[in-house]
Amino acid sequence: MNFTVLISQMLQATLMTLRIFFVTLIFSLPLGLLVAAGRMAKTRAVSLPVRFYILLMRGTPLMLQLLFLFYGMKPIFGIQPDRVRAAEIAFVLNYAAYFAEIFRGGIEGIPRGQREAARVLGFSRRQTFFRIVLPQVVKHILPPMSNEFITLVKDTSLAQVIGVAELLKITSDWVSSAVSMVPFAVAGVFYLIMNAAVTRCFTAAEKHYGYYR
Amino acid sequence: MPVLETSGIRKRFGGTEILKGISVRVEKGEVLAVIGPSGSGKSTLLRCITQLETVDSGEIRICGETLVQNGPDGRAVYSSRKTCGRIALHVGLVFQNFNLFPHFSVLRNITEAPIHVLGKTKAEAEASAMELLKKMGLSDRSGAFPCQLSGGQQQRVSIARALAMNPDVLLFDEPTSALDPELTGEILEVMRGLAAEKMTMVVVTHEMAFARDVADQVAFLEDGAVVEQGPPEQVFGRSQNERVRAFLSRFSQG
Repeated sequence: MNFTVLISQMLQATLMTLRIFFVTLIFSLPLGLLVAAGRMAKTRAVSLPVRFYILLMRGTPLMLQLLFLFYGMKPIFGIQPDRVRAAEIAFVLNYAAYFAEIFRGGIEGIPRGQREAARVLGFSRRQTFFRIVLPQVVKHILPPMSNEFITLVKDTSLAQVIGVAELLKITSDWVSSAVSMVPFAVAGVFYLIMNAAVTRCFTAAEKHYGYYR
Repeated sequence: MPVLETSGIRKRFGGTEILKGISVRVEKGEVLAVIGPSGSGKSTLLRCITQLETVDSGEIRICGETLVQNGPDGRAVYSSRKTCGRIALHVGLVFQNFNLFPHFSVLRNITEAPIHVLGKTKAEAEASAMELLKKMGLSDRSGAFPCQLSGGQQQRVSIARALAMNPDVLLFDEPTSALDPELTGEILEVMRGLAAEKMTMVVVTHEMAFARDVADQVAFLEDGAVVEQGPPEQVFGRSQNERVRAFLSRFSQG
């Protein structure tokens, strides 16, 4: 087993893991906000389908969703996404549902008086949300969000079921060809380092928002 | 022309009628104190005037503009969204529990709306905010956050925040009910000052001494209706109404 080659290939695979991680965050956070808005909509024609979407995403295995988005597209819709694209879409759709519920909890946790005070001062609904409500929501949802971010780092390994060459997939390949457990240990360290970084970011963010209450 | 006039406003929540045809009238520079037992609809009245609630029927006119009036079927018809928005700017509201924005400094709590709603420049808004803070005796706290202030200080900031919008009438919803007696005195002092400057105010309060000494008019609400309305000498001194006398007797003995 050539250790240099092992590490370089695992670093390569880590890039794929990080790619899925960041693409998921970039798209699922705004989408989650939108889903949260739909979930809280007063019109049932909007909130009911959104509730069903959330149930579907949280109620079925992410692995199943990955398999469906890769193998199920061709027979049903006649289009075949590539592996990485299918994985990204599955992760975005899945995480948006979880993020939406976290956003909803955060938004509903802001006292009604905040919105009323803003309204009496003449702020539009949009201004009220983006200037008054959302900044406070961000502070309050940091702890549950850090959970999701950390889970996402580890969940990226599920993408191997549709053949995406992410960290754990490359690691298992090495383990079986080199008949050694060392790659597993290395992978563990890699995940740990990534999540230590995530944790650090959240600690910094909590500190940043710690200036009030 | 009265700054604020409501006539016969009714409001129902579910099965209970909270306001049963309330008519009040406040002239420029006047202070109207609204007193009465808890649950009599005092706060709801203010919430209807500030558009936090909609009325079921009746009329509200503010600074000569009609916010809502009765349609041909006797049900409330609100003016256009644009008109409602413009009317809202005539009215300020001070809440019982302050509702300051915790993520903004004291200064930004006051300047945010003038900048983003009235379109003032930052420098302009900050200059007048500092002026208001000075008046409230809080010049040195402009950089503090609400959580670092006492309840009395928070309420003074929230009064400054409302005043920064230059309202034609300022409404107070039990502004001292969340404060201890010492801090209550502090806030009442500020309100007396505003009254002396001829700020038009509607004050929902349980502070009877304030109502008697500062108000030009007192309205006694009970069970969603104005039971008695008049100058404080009349309401406090020689009310003909049994219920008003009973309510106030505890106070006058004290």
